[in-house]
Amino acid sequence: MKLFMTAFALLLGAQAANAEDVPILIKNFDFGPMNVTVARGTTVVWKNLDGEPHTVASADGLFRSQALDQNDSYRFTFDKSGTFRYICSIHPNMRATITVK
Amino acid sequence: MTESFSRRETLKCLGLSAGTLFTLSGGILTAIDPAQAQTEVPLFLQISDTHIGFNKEANPDVAGTLRQALDKVNALPRPPALVLHTGDVTHLSKASEFDLANQLLSQMRGELHVVPGEHDVTDGPGTEFFARFGKPSGNRGYYSFDYQGVHFVALVNVMNFKPNGLGALGDDQLAWFKDDLAGRSASQPIVVFAHMPLWTIYQPWGWGTAEGEEIAEMLRRFGSVTVLNGHIHQIVQKVEGNIQFHTARSTAFPQPLAGNGPGPGPMVVPPAELPGMLGVTMVARAMPLALTDSTLA
Repeated sequence: MKLFMTAFALLLGAQAANAEDVPILIKNFDFGPMNVTVARGTTVVWKNLDGEPHTVASADGLFRSQALDQNDSYRFTFDKSGTFRYICSIHPNMRATITVK
Repeated sequence: MTESFSRRETLKCLGLSAGTLFTLSGGILTAIDPAQAQTEVPLFLQISDTHIGFNKEANPDVAGTLRQALDKVNALPRPPALVLHTGDVTHLSKASEFDLANQLLSQMRGELHVVPGEHDVTDGPGTEFFARFGKPSGNRGYYSFDYQGVHFVALVNVMNFKPNGLGALGDDQLAWFKDDLAGRSASQPIVVFAHMPLWTIYQPWGWGTAEGEEIAEMLRRFGSVTVLNGHIHQIVQKVEGNIQFHTARSTAFPQPLAGNGPGPGPMVVPPAELPGMLGVTMVARAMPLALTDSTLA
C-alpha cells in the first residue's frame, strides 16, 4: 500500500511538472520567446518547427541537445539559479537566454 | 630586382545540368568551352555540402543528386586523383548518414580529404565525424599536406563560434597555421580549405570567420593562393591580390542569397531548376606567368 501511495505521488508529481513545462518554439531561425525567466526545477521544452535542423547549446556547457530535425523536441530541467545563455550550434547567430530564479 | 611567377589554379564549376564552365585566371572570370575542359587534367575536385540525411521538399533525394555528381566526375576522361570535401557531409551527424555518405563517396577514384561542417559535429565533440575522418589530423581536424608541389591546408572553423555568430579557428589552430606557413617559399601554390567562408560574406547569417583578416594577412606574401569553402550552397568569389576566394555549390540543395528570407535554410526551387543549382568545383592548374619587375630605386 505504501509502495502504491509512493507511485501515485510520483505520478502526480510528474503530471504537475508536465503542466509547468515551459515551451520554447524554434521558428524562422529564432528562439521564441528569446528571453525566458523560470523558477528553479522548471523543465524547458524546445521544439524545432523549421525544416532546417537546430540545436540548443548553452555557452557554459550545462546543456546541449543533439541536432533537432523538424518537429523534434529537447527537454532540460533547471535545478540551479542563474542566467544561462545558449545558441544554436548550427546557426550560432541564433542566441537566447534562460534566467532561473 | 625581384621576379615572381604564380601558377594560378583554375576553377571550373561543374553543374549537374548541361553545365557552364568557368575559369578564373588572374582575377578575370571567363566562360570556357566545355569541350576544352574535357581535355584538361584537373588538379583536384572540390565537393561540398552533401547533407546526406536531408529529405525535405528542397531535395527529397540528396543521395541521388550526389550520385549524379559523382557519375559526372567519374565520366571525365581523366578524373581528378584528389578530392576535397568542404564539409556538411551529413545533415544531422548521425552514424547512419556518415555510413551512407562514405559508401557513396568511396565510388570516386580520387584520394579523399574532408573538413567538418557544423552539421557534422552536432554530437558535441564530433565523435562520428572524427571516428571516420580524424586520422590525418590526429583528431584535431586541421592538418596540411603536399600534392604535386601544391601545399594544401585543411582548417576547421565550425567548432569554436564567436558571440557574433561567425566561425572561428581559435588561438591554437591559428598558431598552428602560422607555423605551418612559416619558412615556406612564396612561390609554392597554396590551397586552403574549410567549411565556412574564411572571409566575411554576410555577418548577420554568420557567413564568415572571425580571424578572416589575420588569415588573409598570413597568405598575402604567397604568389598563388586559393581559398575554398562551402556552407552557403552557392558560388561567391572574390580576388584580392594573389588570393582567390571561392565558395562551392552544394550537391544537396540551394540556399537563398545573403539576407533573402529569415535565415540560411534549404531553398525550394522548381524541380527542373534544381540540377542547375547543384554541382561541384574542378580545379586545374593554369600557367599564366605573372612577372613583376621592380627597379633598383
